[in-house]
Amino acid sequence: MTDAAVEARVTTVGGAATWKGLIVQPAAIAAVLAGFLVWLNLAPLTASERSTLDPASLWGSTLEHLSLTFVAASIVLVIAIPLGVLLTRPALRRLRGPVLFIANFGQAAPAIGMIVLLAMLITSGYWASIVALVIYAALPVLRNTVIGILGVDSSLVEAGRGMGMSAASVLFRVELPLAVPVMLAGIRTALVLLVGAAALAAFVNGGGLGLLITTGVNLYLFSVLISGALLIALLALTIDWLGRVVEHVARPKGL
Amino acid sequence: MSESAVSRPSTGTISGKSIVLDNVTKQYPGQSSPAVDGVTLEIPAGKIVMLVGPSGCGKTTTLKMINRLIEPTKGRIVLGDEDVTSIGGDELRRRIGYVIQAGGLFPHMTVAANIAIVPKMLGWDKGRIAARVDELLELVSLDPAQYRDRFPKELSGGQQQRVGVARALAADPPVLLMDEPFGAVDPITRQRLQDELLSIQEEVQKTIVIVTHDFDEAVKLGDWIVVFTEGARIVQYDTPERILAEPANAFVENFIGSGAGLKQLTLRRVGEVTLADAVTVHAGEAAASAIEKMERADHNHVVVLDDRERPVQWLSRRQLARLDTLTDVPEDKLPVVGQGATLNDALDTMLVSSAGAALVTGRRDVFLGVITVETVMDAITAARASAAASIGGPVGTNSDAIPTVAPDAPTSAGSSMSQAHDD
Ligand SMILES: Nc1ncnc2c1ncn2[C@@H]1O[C@H](COP(=O)(O)OP(=O)(O)OP(=O)(O)O)[C@@H](O)[C@H]1O
Ligand SMILES: [Mg+2]
Repeated sequence: MTDAAVEARVTTVGGAATWKGLIVQPAAIAAVLAGFLVWLNLAPLTASERSTLDPASLWGSTLEHLSLTFVAASIVLVIAIPLGVLLTRPALRRLRGPVLFIANFGQAAPAIGMIVLLAMLITSGYWASIVALVIYAALPVLRNTVIGILGVDSSLVEAGRGMGMSAASVLFRVELPLAVPVMLAGIRTALVLLVGAAALAAFVNGGGLGLLITTGVNLYLFSVLISGALLIALLALTIDWLGRVVEHVARPKGL
Repeated sequence: MSESAVSRPSTGTISGKSIVLDNVTKQYPGQSSPAVDGVTLEIPAGKIVMLVGPSGCGKTTTLKMINRLIEPTKGRIVLGDEDVTSIGGDELRRRIGYVIQAGGLFPHMTVAANIAIVPKMLGWDKGRIAARVDELLELVSLDPAQYRDRFPKELSGGQQQRVGVARALAADPPVLLMDEPFGAVDPITRQRLQDELLSIQEEVQKTIVIVTHDFDEAVKLGDWIVVFTEGARIVQYDTPERILAEPANAFVENFIGSGAGLKQLTLRRVGEVTLADAVTVHAGEAAASAIEKMERADHNHVVVLDDRERPVQWLSRRQLARLDTLTDVPEDKLPVVGQGATLNDALDTMLVSSAGAALVTGRRDVFLGVITVETVMDAITAARASAAASIGGPVGTNSDAIPTVAPDAPTSAGSSMSQAHDD
């Protein structure tokens, strides 16, 4: 999506102030990225630094990183959203506390430990990382799904049922649409968490931009280490920005 | 029975169905006593029945058991001649309009989409739905072109409530349930919405059950009022007139609050009382001939009408003496009330003008006669007497209301009800 196209869509949704905010972020990201690329071309790098920071391998690591992020995110969505919805149904209200506690625990547990632990059980470093990332990032989506749905005015649910809408129809046509803004915020938070945590996959041969950091640490190549950290941060900011744009565009009209 | 005091001028035909709650009980789990304790209540077709009572007495629970938003623990609910106690709740609710406080509109849907929900569920085609939406917006006094595509947040509270009523009427259900529908709007808007509901009801003639906290609202809107106490025990089920004139006990008296007499004034319309004559003259006549007419009739005032028989001036002998010819320049602060106004409004108009009387107009503001303070007093005395007499008769309210065939005679009333369920 080009900036201009995004800008045009955003103006129709939010006010001037909101879309201004949405332009500043990608502009800053682009400026830093440009600076990095200039530095990469001009800096006096050693041969081993140059080979690790070769644009083709950087691009490959970025794609791996995105793959880790999005595959984990998709699994999180598929698990956490339906689970969150179920936890708001009166019949399962009692499970809400315990399940959220477990999800909290998943996020609080050190992600690095979890990845290494899982790598002992799952031979593929990539999939071990995915499982750990899913456990790590499920909480914000789960919690925001629950909060978003519980935040819907209960009188609206009653009005819907009172008109003869079934419970499922009220869920899909009233509760979920109205919970969308809160749920999207949770998904964006999860994605940003995932971009950061996906760096740890490199410890178990899961790939991604974390490789630059582990290489930098192991071989004392600080420029490589910093490059890795910088690229991950830029990726996180980009995804955060994309999330904000989606939140603006997908916000139900009339709210 | 003082039937005349109950019936309102009606233009439409009754499209409502009667509702019978037959020994209905709701026991919430974990509570010592039932929230609704064996209520038997017949709600006549095409009438407005108001449920009133102190907070927590079970009004909402009773109302929601009619459309089974709350499942009764025990008892039967009959809609028209159909026992609906065990049919699917969703299907039942599509046939019963439901209005909640503040309208309960879905904020992410336009006004039209909100109104279209039930017709869509019932599988109406697009054209029919669109036509119905416009028709309903007209009915609730909102211009369809202006409002149908708005979102609820772009409406005032009163307008939202109107759309809420339109939505409930969308599929033309025979029954309308309302839980404190006007509780969230300011007093002036509330009055207007109440008046509108009455004029809509004249047209649609639904069976309407309304829960309210506001006894004045119950008096104004209700054909019948149910006064509940704890556990939805019926203390009195009667017309507003009779509840005001003959409260069943101190509890009801307390609930009515002060000013029962003044409240009765809101029950009668100017058009229902006998008006006094007046001497009328037309603009353009000579003042001298007006004075002559006045003296012949032995009156002290004349009413000047314009060429369409609308009152423009009300002149005393002294004012006439100063004039040559009569003009049709409208007089400031002329005390005029329409024949649809309540006696309460009329009295208010009289007290504000110094005249101690007011001019009454009918359709197209045509002059009908004069209403005086004495007329109001006589009317209210007569109303009290007839309400009291209908109770003090040899049969008593319960038994004379028992024949369930009479569509406007609820079966249950007062003490015998609670006795029946005390055992
Ligand atoms: N879902 C529920 N679970 C348990 N108890 C309830 C529930 N709903 C209502 N009650 C109880 O039942 C009784 C009647 O409640 P209800 O809502 O019918 O009162 P109400 O007359 O409508 O009161 P208000 O005028 O305050 O709205 C109250 O004592 C209330 O605490
Ligand atoms: Mg209530």
